[in-house]
Amino acid sequence: MLAARPYLAAFRARFQLMLQYRTAALAGFATQCWWGGIRIMVFAAFYGANEAAAPMSLRDAVTYVWLGQALLALLPWLADPEVSQAVRTGGVGYDRLRPLDAYGYWYARTLGWMLARALPRAALMLLGAGIVLPLVGLDAWAWQPPAGVTAALLFIVSLALMIALATAVLMLANVVVAASLNERGVNAVLAPLVIVFSGQLVPLNFFPQSVQPLLHLQPFAGLVDIPFRIYFANLAGSVALQSLALQAGWTLALIALGRIAMERVMRRLEMQGG
Amino acid sequence: MPQILVEALAKTYRIAERAPGLAGALRGLVRRQWRPVQALVDVSFSLEAGELLAFIGPNGAGKSTTVKILSGILRPTSGRVEVGGLIPYEDRIRHVARIGVVFGQRSQLWWDLPIVDGFDLLADIYRVEPVRYRRRRDELVAMLRLEPLLAQPVRQLSLGQRMRAEFAAALLHDPEILFLDEPTIGLDAPSKLAVRDFVRRLNREQGVTVLLTTHDMQDVEALAERVIVIGQGRLLADGPFASLRAGVLAERRLHIDFAEAAPAIEMAGVTVRARGERSLELAFDPAKIPAPKLIAAIATQHAVEDIHVDEVAIEEVIARFYELHDAHEA
Repeated sequence: MLAARPYLAAFRARFQLMLQYRTAALAGFATQCWWGGIRIMVFAAFYGANEAAAPMSLRDAVTYVWLGQALLALLPWLADPEVSQAVRTGGVGYDRLRPLDAYGYWYARTLGWMLARALPRAALMLLGAGIVLPLVGLDAWAWQPPAGVTAALLFIVSLALMIALATAVLMLANVVVAASLNERGVNAVLAPLVIVFSGQLVPLNFFPQSVQPLLHLQPFAGLVDIPFRIYFANLAGSVALQSLALQAGWTLALIALGRIAMERVMRRLEMQGG
Repeated sequence: MPQILVEALAKTYRIAERAPGLAGALRGLVRRQWRPVQALVDVSFSLEAGELLAFIGPNGAGKSTTVKILSGILRPTSGRVEVGGLIPYEDRIRHVARIGVVFGQRSQLWWDLPIVDGFDLLADIYRVEPVRYRRRRDELVAMLRLEPLLAQPVRQLSLGQRMRAEFAAALLHDPEILFLDEPTIGLDAPSKLAVRDFVRRLNREQGVTVLLTTHDMQDVEALAERVIVIGQGRLLADGPFASLRAGVLAERRLHIDFAEAAPAIEMAGVTVRARGERSLELAFDPAKIPAPKLIAAIATQHAVEDIHVDEVAIEEVIARFYELHDAHEA
């Protein structure tokens, strides 16, 4: 417990601070409702043309969209602005003065930032798409509950892994920001990659058959496609467990990669100054 | 075994350079030109526990680089550094747990958090045991008169208030050594006095070793028993300020107000520095002509109203010292 104390404190401080931004959360929620509506209309049009060809039911696709909109802030497509700022102002120097594992310290802070942004948006979306829509008679377009108890439990595990994986991806972005002293380049490259390859834009099953094996193995699949399909039991049983293992494996691999990269960048900062 | 040991320390930065204008920018795209800049050249000194040492020197002399190497942020190009038996940049985590650092130009507190929340967070980060933390925090809050400010977010503090909070933040984990990089920069006179008073108490009463860099000569005069002068990356002098003064500029000044028009003075070892209608400022070398003899000589020949002797201001001593060593800002 004592070992984790600094990291928990760093996480908590960042989380509490970010939760204060209510206007940003409301604005984010409004945007995500708007995009969610559009994406559902696109799906409806597609299913209307040829429902049998689709790899999942329209009902599942609608839930997939709402889940994606609710958890959008968990997608790692922006490097942590606090890191960018620390790099620009030289605050990284003070970070080096803390008797902490440098990777763990940033990881905890980035995690706090991400969760605090995601939590209010997810809660509002659950309220709107999961409760209000059915109540006003739009059940067909609503966010449905998970497929069953097993699916719900597996989803919780998968969601936790999704968060750990997303933070590991963000840490790589943070390290690149620290190395290049600028966040624009990273964000410009990362955002489209994450949005397409996570399945946030379109579920990965909708891609051509020939590329699907690769798509399902790459790390970003663990950010949206795997947890969401576990949610409505599109992935179940041993396949679901394999998918969880894939998420965990990528998380560990990216953390290891991030640690090595960070070590190298910090070494360079030690040589060259901020 | 000294607490801080620095031997033949050198630090060379590589800075990217390009020819001016568009042509230079385009060439820079293809091939970067690097130029080595020597920030420190063969610097050696040592510091015993409980000492208070001031580093002075013009901008760009290498003071901050030294502090950054000693605190473990930067890695030297060559040389040997040991602080409390550890090599700062090799054993970073164990080293930084035992030191406190204040950079006058930066903040280590959280901009949006009230001071006290920032302190709590630092106590967690340094794993300070809660009972010990509260005792230490209350002690520092009392010494720095922070009580009325504790609930205020850092962004609302004046610079003087913030610096007081920064000092407390750097000391919550009870470090053995405190590094201060220009701690009084930009502060008003009362805040400077408060900072100096605090640093002196910390050093004398609690035995904290202090190494500070400054441009403010009054900091040096008020605080440091020992001064290291550094210029263009080289160590130029190391010793008590008085001996630095004696070595550079032994001269003293005599200010005289006359009851009549100021006379011409011609004596060996005496020069007129400034002349008013009824006043004179003379510079003299006490080795050649002792003050009582000079005063007696003038007072017997002229109607003198007032007279006083003083030393050359510390700023002037330092400026002269830089001149002697050709150590102006590179």
